[in-house]
Amino acid sequence: MSKLPYEVQTEPVLPLSVLSPEGEIVNPDLMPALTDDQLKEIMYRMVFTRTWDERAVNLGRQGRLGFYAPVSGQEASMVGSEYALNKDDFVCPGYRDMPQIVWHGLPLYQAFLYSRGHQHGGQIPEGVNVLMPQIIIGAQILHATGVAMAFKKRNEKRVAITYTGDGGSSEGDFYEGLNFAGVFKLPVIYCVQNNGYAITTPFEKQTAALSIAHKAVAAGIKGVQVDGMDVLAVIKAVSDAAERGRNGEGATLIELLTYRFRPHSMADDTSKYRTKEEEAEWSLKDPLTRFAKFLEKKGLWSDEDTARVKEEAKAAVNENIKKAEATEKMTVSGLIDSMFESTPQYLEEQKADFQ
Amino acid sequence: MAQMNMKEAIRDAMRVELKNDPNVLVFGEDVGKVGGVFRATEGLQGEFGEDRVFDTPLAESAIAGMAVGMGIQGFRPVAEIQFVGFIYEALDQMFIQAARMRYRSGGRYNSPIVFRTPFGGGVKAAELHTDSLEGLAIQTPGIKVIVPSNPYDAKGLLVSAIRDNDPVFFMEHLNLYHAFRQDVPEEAYTVPIGKANVVREGSDVTIIAYGMMVHTAVKAAEELEKSGVKAEVIDLRTLLPLDIDTIVASIQKTNRAIVVQEAQKTSGAAAEIIAQINEKAILHLEAPVLRVAGPDTVYPFAQVEDAWLPNPARVIAAVNKVLEF
Repeated sequence: MSKLPYEVQTEPVLPLSVLSPEGEIVNPDLMPALTDDQLKEIMYRMVFTRTWDERAVNLGRQGRLGFYAPVSGQEASMVGSEYALNKDDFVCPGYRDMPQIVWHGLPLYQAFLYSRGHQHGGQIPEGVNVLMPQIIIGAQILHATGVAMAFKKRNEKRVAITYTGDGGSSEGDFYEGLNFAGVFKLPVIYCVQNNGYAITTPFEKQTAALSIAHKAVAAGIKGVQVDGMDVLAVIKAVSDAAERGRNGEGATLIELLTYRFRPHSMADDTSKYRTKEEEAEWSLKDPLTRFAKFLEKKGLWSDEDTARVKEEAKAAVNENIKKAEATEKMTVSGLIDSMFESTPQYLEEQKADFQ
Repeated sequence: MAQMNMKEAIRDAMRVELKNDPNVLVFGEDVGKVGGVFRATEGLQGEFGEDRVFDTPLAESAIAGMAVGMGIQGFRPVAEIQFVGFIYEALDQMFIQAARMRYRSGGRYNSPIVFRTPFGGGVKAAELHTDSLEGLAIQTPGIKVIVPSNPYDAKGLLVSAIRDNDPVFFMEHLNLYHAFRQDVPEEAYTVPIGKANVVREGSDVTIIAYGMMVHTAVKAAEELEKSGVKAEVIDLRTLLPLDIDTIVASIQKTNRAIVVQEAQKTSGAAAEIIAQINEKAILHLEAPVLRVAGPDTVYPFAQVEDAWLPNPARVIAAVNKVLEF
């Protein structure tokens, strides 16, 4: 008697890629339609973000920033995915996803205030369609699902996008969100930035699945794996997913294969779990180098441009950290008043102890 | 006016608010077509459509989390968690995400959500259907906690909860759904959140209770009256914010009090109520404030429920203790 073939899916997926590490277009069919100015703007944002990240790490060491999750290496994944959205699309970020909400409209000094632990960091300006970074891994997946449900109920041609890491894909909320989006056919994009590690735990210890993109199968939604160091591939994947969402075709799971060049957080030591060889191998895939090579060949970018953007970014960081530091200090009575629409009597009484 | 039991009054609250405000949505497990496992939402989908009243997959965290996402987009979700014991699956979304949204965003976003859930013993239900988990909720900054004890209050409080711009945990006692009928206005009306109700006046002792225990307390008070003891019974209605003023006013008159709750002794709301009495009325007390509560065990197996739950005899014993102190 033969045995049952207990196999659902054994084919590995191939990551979607547009640009080779040498900056050559390898998949012209998938090249997103972008003008020269747009291509330059994307490069500008990635260089700006890299510089901001380097400066933020230093500001953290100086005690001028608090909680900070480095992003270097993930610029294509973060900047590219946000660039593919419309401004009225809604972003539900995880704790590392500050670049997306800043490029979506949150002023940089407020991002710094969030890092420093100031309430004004979360006071998103009217018209900026983002939530504050989410600390509970997976919770944001459900918020994006609800936001997408609201868009669908109001027949608005908008999508919600949310981000988590490879570790986050092991959470129950991750699966629940995808599953709800499948059932209700919601305009939502779930981006998993798979940088290979959840703090010290490698991807192989999160799941025996061949990829995170495969997990879309369990929810009956579309899934795709993308080279997350290739900004053009990221833009293509998110643009198409957004179009699908707006057309009422439902949700998409996008796995972005990427790498963080820096530690998980300021308290992390990568030398305990990563090798120099691995880091060197990934540095060859640096999204900035790759995209710069592509633009240089088109005569759209030069080293001088990079140097200029770095200076601009440094100046912007300096100006914004000063603005953050000059922001009025919070008070306990102010916190009490922000708990409810109108402050109940028991909290009014507690305020008296702090005035 | 119509005669309604508490379940019908709760349904009517949702009906009038679905009618009044297009942003009100009702959803949860089996709340749509069949109208809920207790029929608390029966007929609502038929009247308002699948777009407003709908079933969800079986996942409490996603039900609550989706409510949070819709809440920041201006909808007013009334999300049902089928039984109280299942709120543990949704605690992050209810008690962290919804409860902190206004604070975390400095007022930019809020969570105008009602989380409805049935709870409460005496109906021989299966495990984890009847636990009194209001104590978890009242220790959560940012969420209001309501436990009605009768049809009139249930409708008025639920209308208030749906109109409130902050999240509300709304607990519906299983044993009260069909217990009795009462005159309830058919139109929308509100009962204020945070206001207790003196349901029986007395001058010798104050009995503070909520939910099913209000009825247990009233039965005890009726018995006590036969022996000449006049007990005042306060129905708290809202546990957070707590109406400490009504409690203190009563104690100033009676100088003695007990708190009756169905939850285990070290859970629930009684300890907090006693602490506040201690802070605000100690000079009016002739005796310590005692608790009548469930013992500190896991909620009882159905077969021993009646012995475990507080009953009028235990309330009377506690009253006699404070009277004889």
